[in-house]
Amino acid sequence: MRLTRMVEEKLGILSTQGKVIGSLYRSMGQEGTAVGSAFALEPEMGDVAAPILRDLGAVLTMGGTPTEVFQQYMAKNGPTRGRELNIHFGAPERNFIGPVSMLGEMIPLMCGIALGFKMRKQPGVALCYIGDGGSSTGPTHEGLNLAAVLDLPFILIIENNGYAYSTPTERQSRLTRFSDRALAYGIPGVTVDGNDVVAVWEATREAADRARRGEGPTLIESVTFRMKGHAQHDNQAYVPIEDIEEWGAKDPIVRHERLLLETGMASLGDIDAMVSDIHAALDVAVAEAEATPMPEGSTALLDVFENSVAERKPWLAPIS
Amino acid sequence: MTAEVHEQARQVTFLEAIREALREEMTRDEKVFLIGEDIGSYGGAFKVTEGLHAEFGADRVIDTPISEAAIIGAAAGAAMMGFKPVAEMQFIDFISCAFDQLTNVVSKWRYRMGFGVPMVVRGPCGGGVRGGPFHSGNPEAFFANSAGLKIVEPSTAYDAKGLLKAAIRDPDPVLFFEHKYLYRLPRLRETLPDEDYIVPIGKASVRREGSDVTIITFGAMVYRALDAADKLAEAGISAEVIDLRTIVPFDVETVLASVKKTNRAIVLHEASRTGGFGGEISATITEKAFEWLEAPIIRVASLDTPVPYSPPLEDFYMPQVDDIVEAATRLSAY
Repeated sequence: MRLTRMVEEKLGILSTQGKVIGSLYRSMGQEGTAVGSAFALEPEMGDVAAPILRDLGAVLTMGGTPTEVFQQYMAKNGPTRGRELNIHFGAPERNFIGPVSMLGEMIPLMCGIALGFKMRKQPGVALCYIGDGGSSTGPTHEGLNLAAVLDLPFILIIENNGYAYSTPTERQSRLTRFSDRALAYGIPGVTVDGNDVVAVWEATREAADRARRGEGPTLIESVTFRMKGHAQHDNQAYVPIEDIEEWGAKDPIVRHERLLLETGMASLGDIDAMVSDIHAALDVAVAEAEATPMPEGSTALLDVFENSVAERKPWLAPIS
Repeated sequence: MTAEVHEQARQVTFLEAIREALREEMTRDEKVFLIGEDIGSYGGAFKVTEGLHAEFGADRVIDTPISEAAIIGAAAGAAMMGFKPVAEMQFIDFISCAFDQLTNVVSKWRYRMGFGVPMVVRGPCGGGVRGGPFHSGNPEAFFANSAGLKIVEPSTAYDAKGLLKAAIRDPDPVLFFEHKYLYRLPRLRETLPDEDYIVPIGKASVRREGSDVTIITFGAMVYRALDAADKLAEAGISAEVIDLRTIVPFDVETVLASVKKTNRAIVLHEASRTGGFGGEISATITEKAFEWLEAPIIRVASLDTPVPYSPPLEDFYMPQVDDIVEAATRLSAY
């Protein structure tokens, strides 16, 4: 969680320096949901996660590196060779795949991953994320229903962070608990405190165990709060200041570090040392990303199909 | 049984050729599976998958809820897991319900993420069967403008089987459009080779050679073009008929070679004219063989209207043999 926040803070600096191309999307306040859920997966069993925009923490937990994230934000010849932005990247060998911007479309796709586990008789679980806003889309329904009907080893986490861009949750749904939707699919649904990383971990763990036992999908609503605007340009003036203050006091990182201190699992010195280590690692990662070249323009022609080269300026062929 | 009767018994329809391809590919490769609506024990709305559920079981012939986006999304995910999904759209018109999956998820995946999504989406297209506005569509052009999808539409039983096998073995997503008018057309019955074969994606076929005008088409319109060529021959006009077989990527070389020989071209398709794939073929000929043209390129296509239901309306909507004859006759006046 600390790493996630510090990567985003570093991106904020890089953005101010003009080194980020495009906007910066923060997940501040939601790190508990992303990290706790991804940490509950078992990569050695094949589990796959499909993080979305507010899930940098899941990307990093699954093995995505800060260097890759910086390369992506700087449009360098990184994991997507400059074809995609921000956390739109994945690494199947590290058990996470990148999102598309059309919200909900990853849900049917992750059902297919889960179907693959089921057909191979493997214990893997597919974990997909969606926001309170994205949960209003058609493929969210189609996918969750398909997962239920086919008894797929599938988990959907609805990250209820209060806002979809500027639209508050009450304009997305009349439900006060998104997990109530599970009833409509005949599957278990739970609501969890998304700012409690351990609670998220436990809920995801339980859902994964259920999926591995062949008992089908689970819907988890993780209640959290988006502490920054939709993207960097959005000062979220539409969010009441008292809400930000209230949720700021429930910060998942402060909360978990307090737990570690209280239980004696870590000392202040340990935490300070971790923060110093992260600072040093991120300096290296930024240097690596800055040293990465931009992609060659002509590589835009490649890979629409296997071994394909797209045609450019066909009118320049010799006139015979 | 006489030799002739025996030979007839071995002949298959266009539809049976598709089923043979599915059965043989499922037998050859256990990673191939089918997913769609009513395709299991019911055998599909047109009975294309009849018998496959009994033969391969419910795990490999998967019935789903009415959820085209989920069918295609799940097929894509399974493809990433190493499977070779063949998703059926009950009528190809309903592929629009999964438009986002195809144009944003599936088509862009290799380019964005560096690995492909090998899968086939197949289903019955086309009119002439009084299906009305929602069961007669030819949506190829919607997808031709989305880089990353191959689009195939066979016109013979031999090609249907060979192209479907090629599609299933292809490393990239393929949309496989089956003109439903051809499914059981007696004229298309033929004896297929006993041995395994494929028809390569991206290669056109010259169905009839000619010297005066080239008719470039695909799907059921191939037969309209051949019938028109017979009539034109009576009038002394020699028409060459090219069956594209693959729309994306289409066989530019075969088209250009023909146009350079005949110097006149008609592009014929069953979809509406505006924004139809005929414009793309026509523009390509102009860009690459302008000096060989003796006349403008004519697009013969359906009206820019929805497909109407009533027979007089639908017949008026779609290109008929006489429309093609008229277009070729006009071109020969240049």
